[in-house]
Amino acid sequence: MIQVKFFASVRERVGTEALRLPWPERGATVAEVLALAEGETGVTLRGAHVLAAVNLQHASFSSVVRDGDEVAFFPPVTGG
Amino acid sequence: MAEMAAFPAGRISGAGGVVTFIGTVRDYSGTAEILGMEIEHYPGMTERELERLGAEAARRYDMLDSLIIHRYGCLAPQDTIVMVAVWARHRAAAFDACRFLIDVLKTRAPFWKKERTPEGMRWVTDCPGCRAGSREGHTHAPDLAHYPEPVMK
Repeated sequence: MIQVKFFASVRERVGTEALRLPWPERGATVAEVLALAEGETGVTLRGAHVLAAVNLQHASFSSVVRDGDEVAFFPPVTGG
Repeated sequence: MAEMAAFPAGRISGAGGVVTFIGTVRDYSGTAEILGMEIEHYPGMTERELERLGAEAARRYDMLDSLIIHRYGCLAPQDTIVMVAVWARHRAAAFDACRFLIDVLKTRAPFWKKERTPEGMRWVTDCPGCRAGSREGHTHAPDLAHYPEPVMK
């Protein structure tokens, strides 16, 4: 199982804060998790300005995701 | 300033100074009047990222300790958003480390601002790294991706 979270404008676009996706047996990268989430929500995020984190750390879209990981998608941060 | 007073500055052996940066809510953004602001964050990641930034500053600069406090939720114009404080033996390192921390915070800490204007709510989308003049932690691709790969692990 992969826990997927969305924040800020990305959360508003997909219309939900979180999803649980079944773990793909063949494994997955962050980009593939995004594709699965797009399939689940019907909202395309690719091409938008979206960043990712895996297990509470910034991650690239080529990062490998493991069963049980938490993957988050969000826009560029604007704090400070 | 209660947070500063509560922090044991006087008990940090060797400290010769403390530099603080206080960020506040602007009442104008471009030409739009800002009536208020909502700040969202990523609970769990936010705290860890701020810890990582503090550790990175300590690795880069001759500093003794640092403190970052960032608010979230609903804020009004002129409210304090963030405080960064750095203690060091000498002022140069304190200034440098404080500047580093606020600059990288703006490009890495998972906070998102939404402004309330007379026309309604809108997400802040302009590049915070550019706005802050950040050099550290800010790899700006010319087309779209500001940080295709995180600079710091």
